[in-house]
Amino acid sequence: MATAISVRGLSKHFGEVRAVDGLDLDIADGEFFSMLGPSGSGKTTVLRLIAGFEEPTAGRIMLGGEDVTRRPPFARDVNTVFQDYAIFPHLSVRQNVEYGLRVKKVPGAERRRRADEALATVRLEGYAERRPHQLSGGQRQRVALARALVNRPQVLLLDEPLGALDLKLRREMQIELKEIQRDVGITFVFVTHDQEEALTMSDRIAVFNEGRIEQLASPVELYERPASAFVAGFVGSSNLLEGDVARDLVGDPGPFVIRPEKLQLLAEDPHLPGGIAAAGVVREVVYLGASTMSVVELDAGPTVTVSHQNSDTSIDAAVERRDQRVVVSWRRDHLVSLGSPDPAASPEEETA
Amino acid sequence: MSLIDRRPGLRVGLLLTPPMLWLGVAYLGALAALLIASLWTQNDFTGTIERSWTLENFKTLFTVEVYRTITLRTIGIAALVTVVDAVLAFPIALYMAKVASPRMQRILVISVLTPLWASYLVKAYAWRGMLSADGPIAWVAAPFGLHTPGYGLPAVTITLAYLWLPYMILPVYAGLERLPDSLFEASADLGAGAWTTLRRVVVPMAFPAIVAGSIFTFSLSMGDYIAVKIVGGTSQLLGNVVYDNQGAANNLPFAAAVATVPIVVMLAYLAAVRRTGALENL
Repeated sequence: MATAISVRGLSKHFGEVRAVDGLDLDIADGEFFSMLGPSGSGKTTVLRLIAGFEEPTAGRIMLGGEDVTRRPPFARDVNTVFQDYAIFPHLSVRQNVEYGLRVKKVPGAERRRRADEALATVRLEGYAERRPHQLSGGQRQRVALARALVNRPQVLLLDEPLGALDLKLRREMQIELKEIQRDVGITFVFVTHDQEEALTMSDRIAVFNEGRIEQLASPVELYERPASAFVAGFVGSSNLLEGDVARDLVGDPGPFVIRPEKLQLLAEDPHLPGGIAAAGVVREVVYLGASTMSVVELDAGPTVTVSHQNSDTSIDAAVERRDQRVVVSWRRDHLVSLGSPDPAASPEEETA
Repeated sequence: MSLIDRRPGLRVGLLLTPPMLWLGVAYLGALAALLIASLWTQNDFTGTIERSWTLENFKTLFTVEVYRTITLRTIGIAALVTVVDAVLAFPIALYMAKVASPRMQRILVISVLTPLWASYLVKAYAWRGMLSADGPIAWVAAPFGLHTPGYGLPAVTITLAYLWLPYMILPVYAGLERLPDSLFEASADLGAGAWTTLRRVVVPMAFPAIVAGSIFTFSLSMGDYIAVKIVGGTSQLLGNVVYDNQGAANNLPFAAAVATVPIVVMLAYLAAVRRTGALENL
């Protein structure tokens, strides 16, 4: 597949702060690519560098094989959906959507047709003559999307576009965005700090931390095979086993991570072949609706989180287990080895 | 609990009464007195004011050629001063709001405000010196074969535009500063160069703020008479007519009638700009 965006050795320093630090990245044509990370991890800066709003300190940016590193934003074949939507308040919805075409001197009839088309894509037919202040947040978000899509850019850049919407609307828009992307076939580069959003929509995800990519992988791989404790902690939640504890339980100093839903809470050791069991005391039981989360303090030292689906009425049993002795059991092949211990990387719990 | 604590309405009433009295009596009352006085007349022989109702003053104002000329000249000068100020203020305000560093921004705001601390008279006389036959402007212009504009209406326009410039810069600056940077970025992102962004996004969005500033520059120019006296040579504006009539001629009713003209013009102007949304920008 052809490469839409290719970034080599890209750095952006703001004084002492290295917002982006020596980044290499290739994004394929037609891909839904997400950049995920906590705030300040550099993901938005990368997006702004691709759009041309910032000039890199070092490195090159190629768009469809062309070097655009020194080009101003208006000379790059990319369009951006801004976090605050940046709808022009003095123009109607139609004038907003037509703005890019008008600036490029597209004739009136074609302009109108393409604007109608773009508004239909985002399901805003009949809103063309409205003023931006008459629209809801979700509708404004759609106008911003239509205004960018109407130009048929090579690449669409989206800077946390769903951040300002409420949860229900956000879930709907996630699915819709993915559909739109499939229909128009444009490369989407999507910036978010919401791991669920990234997992739902993306073909590939780059997890950012301190100006660098911590891991670049498909959603499944990212979740099932996190490459570092940071990724394991940022994408979903996970239990970390390392050092003496890991040596005692697993027979290897690790470090290892394991997802809470891969752990089982039992009354006694089932002695499964290829299984590992550790005794402990349930310290906390948290009911989450679809699932229940139990926090178990292992006799070996660390505290682990165990999650299980509430597919029966076992919640009562789970709650009764508080302060009871239990055995936590898991399959050895569900452990993800993070290789040699890395003291610099620490998992950071930031789930949206 | 005292009465004042139990009755929030009373508390608000007590709080607002003095300023409302000031606004009602001192401010609007004075204007009303002016309008009433304009309907009186002056005895030509004794010079005393006769308190009988008449429209004679307004008739004189509209029929005598010289007053019509002065009225149109005053509106023209006020409009010109406003345009000059808008053209000068916009780039300065844009630089202050969107380009300058925060430190530079503070320095510029202070330097725009500083001239307001100096006395009006000092500034007007400074321009008298600037424009004099052997002043700095004559000196700079001489090598190019040019002259100082001297004293007259051009000098009045220059001086008034100088005096009121801060009143234009500040609202335009405030208006531009409110615009999020993402609007500029969105325009560039959609393919617009700097000039197109300026024309299609920045100026239309700053327009209400420019109109807000114009309310100051226009009304201040409409009522001015000192700058004209100092740098205007023999030219007269409405302000001078008011001043001469209530001073030298002691014809207060006619002075009052003349003074209503700028008020009416300003009301018409305000009514016109209300539609642009500029009044929300003040």
